[in-house]
Amino acid sequence: MSLFNIFNIAGSGMAAQSQRLNVVASNLANADSTTSSNGKPYRAKEVVFSATPMGAADAQGVKVVSVAESTAPMKLVYDPGHPMADENGYVSMPNVNVVDEMVNMISASRSYQNNVDVLNTSKTLLIKTLTIGQ
Amino acid sequence: MINKLDEALRFQQTVLNLRGARQELLSSNIANADTPGYKARDFDFASALQNAVAGSAGKLPLVTTSAEHLAGYTGSNASGTPALYRRPDQPSADGNTVNMDVERAQAADNALHYEASVNFLSARLKDMTTVLQP
Repeated sequence: MSLFNIFNIAGSGMAAQSQRLNVVASNLANADSTTSSNGKPYRAKEVVFSATPMGAADAQGVKVVSVAESTAPMKLVYDPGHPMADENGYVSMPNVNVVDEMVNMISASRSYQNNVDVLNTSKTLLIKTLTIGQ
Repeated sequence: MINKLDEALRFQQTVLNLRGARQELLSSNIANADTPGYKARDFDFASALQNAVAGSAGKLPLVTTSAEHLAGYTGSNASGTPALYRRPDQPSADGNTVNMDVERAQAADNALHYEASVNFLSARLKDMTTVLQP
């Protein structure tokens, strides 16, 4: 039934947006991490969304197909005293753009709210449907 | 008697089915508001209802001249009416055509109409029970 499928669709949207928020949190937390588990500076990550059929042919949910690393160049900061500085005294700082991340965060949170509203509307409609004939 | 009952309730039942299918489509649009390349979809409710009430499937079958031919995909549909793509009024760079304001407004409108149909159906049933009182 289509109204029940809305739970799946809006749920997939919420899951995808919360993963996006998770990645934003990771990027902001690591905005100054000059080294990571592979020894290189942290690279900003981005989620890649993809529409995926869900139940009926018309109904498309969202799926996070991959978490890609940003290919933007690293920020070079001149700090000869830093333990990670190269022979010229430059330190590679992560390519996290804090403004981008904040915009991403607001967008993810608004999209999440939209999906929650859709889910609530669908729930109201189902409850209303159950009152037919009462 | 049973077919009279069916006749009395069938119209609102059809409306509820179509409204449910449309709500599903609109929730797909809202869930995919941030998916690159996703095209927003909707169907024309008036013609969908006309098709459903008339019992005519509004799709053209592919003409085949041999039994070996594939049947062909005639498009997804809600009760015979194909879901069409929305014409974007503010196209975005990533190819996504979801306009959140439009989708939210249409979803609210659709939900209200759904509830109205539920009320009409309930009133119809109430009328019947009144008549059945000894």
